[in-house]
Amino acid sequence: MKQPEPVQVIKQRRDAALAQLVDDIPYNQFLGVVFERRGDELTATLPYNEALVGNPILPALHGGAVGAFLEIAAQIELAWSIYWPQFEAGATGPRAMPKTIDFTIDYLRSGLPRDAYARAVVNRSGRRYASVHVEAWQDNRQKLFAQATGHFLMPRQEG
Amino acid sequence: MSEKKAKLARQFIGAIPHSRALEMRIDDVLAGRATLSLPYNERFIGDPETGVLHGGVVTALLDTAMGTAVVSHPQSMGGTATIDLRIDYMRAATPGQRITARAECYRVTRSVAFVRATAYDEGEEPVASAAGAFTVEGSRP
Repeated sequence: MKQPEPVQVIKQRRDAALAQLVDDIPYNQFLGVVFERRGDELTATLPYNEALVGNPILPALHGGAVGAFLEIAAQIELAWSIYWPQFEAGATGPRAMPKTIDFTIDYLRSGLPRDAYARAVVNRSGRRYASVHVEAWQDNRQKLFAQATGHFLMPRQEG
Repeated sequence: MSEKKAKLARQFIGAIPHSRALEMRIDDVLAGRATLSLPYNERFIGDPETGVLHGGVVTALLDTAMGTAVVSHPQSMGGTATIDLRIDYMRAATPGQRITARAECYRVTRSVAFVRATAYDEGEEPVASAAGAFTVEGSRP
């Protein structure tokens, strides 16, 4: 009978695959977006920094920065779900990303000058199109400050 | 009056840290219409294989252009915030080219401003279009 992989090997492989998916995209690094993983569940964090402010008087996060953060969270979640079986099979290297077709952002409250978190759910993932919903919060998980729904074109896959 | 509004709009965007970080520039603003642009920058890339800018950069530019259109509108009294924004991405922006967003605030009520916008690179066909609702501040009794 085949021995299960040691837990550290599994963790290292998954974390490396996720890091490559996220850090391959320069704009993710420009905004400072990072991802935490528990099993296959991802949480995106947008650490606060001054360059994200859109209203310096309030102050509040820029609607464009919030929108971009949600789009990144949705895109990475979708890519992660598409490539998970390949990563589990030991595949490495860069992956083609799903492309955004449309993205609708619902700004529920102004973004406070502190860290923001987001989790996305793939509601439908077909051969060509996918629909992804994403929720973002700051201090309180129950009080969303923004949510969004986006449609994506699935990347072409060989085989 | 319109020149005063335009000046206000320019101050509005000059004071926004995120717009400065993305190197946004106001090209034109007048009475509910605004044109803003930003340069191509390798740090804004969303697809490392092709060098195409990330959609989030286009979103930020469109959102700022739309907000600028709102504050420059004759019926707007102060700042604004985005209530809802929908972006349609029609094609990838050509790497190396400047992105320009043209926004029009086509209707203002006491509480809500309705705005649409289109983003172009240096070509003829639009890269993305947007529709949004924004808050109107200071006008409600």
